[in-house]
Amino acid sequence: MSRKPLQGRIEMSHGGGGRAMADLIDHLFLEAFDNPWLRQLNDQASLDAPNGRIVMATDAHVISPLFFPGGDIGSLSVHGTVNDVALSGAVPRYLSASFILEEGLSIADLQRIVHSMADAAREAGVAIVTGDTKVVERGKGDGVFITTTGVGVLEADTAWSPSAIRPGDKLILTGTLGDHGITILSLREGLNFDTDLTSDTQSLNHLIQSLSPWFGDIVTMRDPTRGGLSAVLNEWARAAGCGFVIEEQALPIRESVRGACDFLGLDPLHIANEGKAVIACRPEVAEALLAAIKARPEGRDAAIIGEAVADERQFVRMHTAFGGERMVDWLSGEQLPRIC
Amino acid sequence: MKYVDEYRDAQAARHIAARIREEARPNRAYHFMEFCGGHTHAIFRYGIPRLLPDNVRMIHGPGCPVCVLPMHRVDLAIELAHQPGVILCTYGDMMRVPGSRKRSLLTARAEGADVRMVYSVNDALTLARQHPDRTVVFFAIGFETTTPPTAVALHTARREKLSNFLVFCNHVLTPSAITAILESPELRELGTLKLDGFIGPAHVSTVIGSQPYRYFAEEYHKPVVIAGFEPLDVLQAILMLIRQVNEGRAEVENEFSRAVTEGGNDRAKALVADVFELRKSFLWRGLGQVPYSGLRIKADYRDHDAEARFRLDVPVARENKACECPAILRGVKAPRDCKLFGTVCTPENPIGSCMVSSEGACAAYYTYGRYMETTHES
Repeated sequence: MSRKPLQGRIEMSHGGGGRAMADLIDHLFLEAFDNPWLRQLNDQASLDAPNGRIVMATDAHVISPLFFPGGDIGSLSVHGTVNDVALSGAVPRYLSASFILEEGLSIADLQRIVHSMADAAREAGVAIVTGDTKVVERGKGDGVFITTTGVGVLEADTAWSPSAIRPGDKLILTGTLGDHGITILSLREGLNFDTDLTSDTQSLNHLIQSLSPWFGDIVTMRDPTRGGLSAVLNEWARAAGCGFVIEEQALPIRESVRGACDFLGLDPLHIANEGKAVIACRPEVAEALLAAIKARPEGRDAAIIGEAVADERQFVRMHTAFGGERMVDWLSGEQLPRIC
Repeated sequence: MKYVDEYRDAQAARHIAARIREEARPNRAYHFMEFCGGHTHAIFRYGIPRLLPDNVRMIHGPGCPVCVLPMHRVDLAIELAHQPGVILCTYGDMMRVPGSRKRSLLTARAEGADVRMVYSVNDALTLARQHPDRTVVFFAIGFETTTPPTAVALHTARREKLSNFLVFCNHVLTPSAITAILESPELRELGTLKLDGFIGPAHVSTVIGSQPYRYFAEEYHKPVVIAGFEPLDVLQAILMLIRQVNEGRAEVENEFSRAVTEGGNDRAKALVADVFELRKSFLWRGLGQVPYSGLRIKADYRDHDAEARFRLDVPVARENKACECPAILRGVKAPRDCKLFGTVCTPENPIGSCMVSSEGACAAYYTYGRYMETTHES
């Protein structure tokens, strides 16, 4: 869809509550996110109470740069919160969006971001039903920060929890590791390197709902964002009081991610992802679940990567592709800044 | 990845591991020191200990630039960072190394000092060009591998008349450190350090060549096998060392012949010789004062020498007595022998330098190796 780019830059008045702000809301946010709730022009959205339980999640997005191969802060802010809701097994329905804009931001850039959010919301089947805009002085922000809150409905009688993981449960990863973190890193000032990588930012709610026949045998799932796969597994080990053993050979990792990690001394297991899930499931259903995941485009690179084991030390271990063994520990030291 | 996967091949690893088990004599133990932190990291990261028989033991050497820098030099760097107008540029790991009184470059930055993490000395040069009104100090650390780039940067700074680019030189020399270990009382008198041979450095040797190690083989009768940093390189080097020991040989062998020559890189050596000269003595964490083991900037390049520009006077700090980094760096103790390991001292809250760098023995063991400690299921 071609849109005429808006002119100008964000000024303090765009957050001042006057006509400039009203114009921005009308011509940009309302038009892009259009839905019955927004059209009521209230300060809040009034939603029908669903049957079942309500699932809610919130996520602030402060990524730099704002635009990157595979997405931008707009699409990311939808995917991140949609996934947080969806990974409970819930169907995400509504989002709120709160914008902190920096004085001087190009309105054309904001327009791109907002339309990218609208597209991502449409794809995920969620409506952005309420929002807020604030403007901070130049130098007090980084272009734009977006906080989204998501509400979803958990219709099934589902209550996944890592504490329910038992030895023998299998781990499925829904796709390649590290694409997002390495893409952002490649754009970082002072480090630019050429790569054909794109961020994996995507919504996972349709993939997860397609697994509903197996919901009873799924124990828990999580998206390995900051801290990567190793953070998820170490948290789960602690919650479940067990250990994990994963197989390095089974991990789907793109060659370009491996190369960049090797070059920079990073561990792909510590790198952030934005459109992947780790799923713990009962061993009996692992193969069927894997086949179902692989049948969808979001999960075509999925693999069974390991299993839970009895280990009171709650260690996460990996059989290396080289034939040895090592621990998979939490990330320590410098986290890559502003990646989500 | 081409040219990398070949050196991580599991089948080849199984083959070499089998040869090691066959050839290591059960009636004796083999103690080999991998000098370099790069090897230490590879050993733990690829899980090599699991592939070795119990009587083949690896001792972690002092070849981790971040680890061997004494607290005093960290204190000096912190002092430099606090000088008005200074931008201190450092490699990431150095930021977290504790100086005295629990200070580090990271805490200095929080207090307002302008400390920047750089990936190479070139980034520091760029900053000097961008900020002619500021004094950019590059915190130069490392063995013979990182010294030539610092020399090139000093050449560049002179050519471009970048008078605001300074180097705080902490470059150290591998052969002197090996000599210090071979001369240590633990090895020569007390017998608390058993050493049957060395895995020689990979990248360092591409610069200095294999020739400098001949002295250790001949004078101290210790075999040296220079090895690359890939896991198959390390396994192959261990097998070559076992063979030398079994045959009573003490020679310099070059497993890393795809990159290391006998004479090394003459151009790099000439660059270094043009810019740097030997210090009479340099203080190492663990090894103490080691004669002729560190480099300083020659008088000719004095204008770019941070130690000459700022006459810093920082008292020599006392290291934390409970921290076993010094003994670990000398190969006398293992990380687990330290009371602080894993309790007070962790990668999140390092007390000693060996817990900071991923090449440090404590950090590598903590991050990758703890699973080996007690028996576990299956």
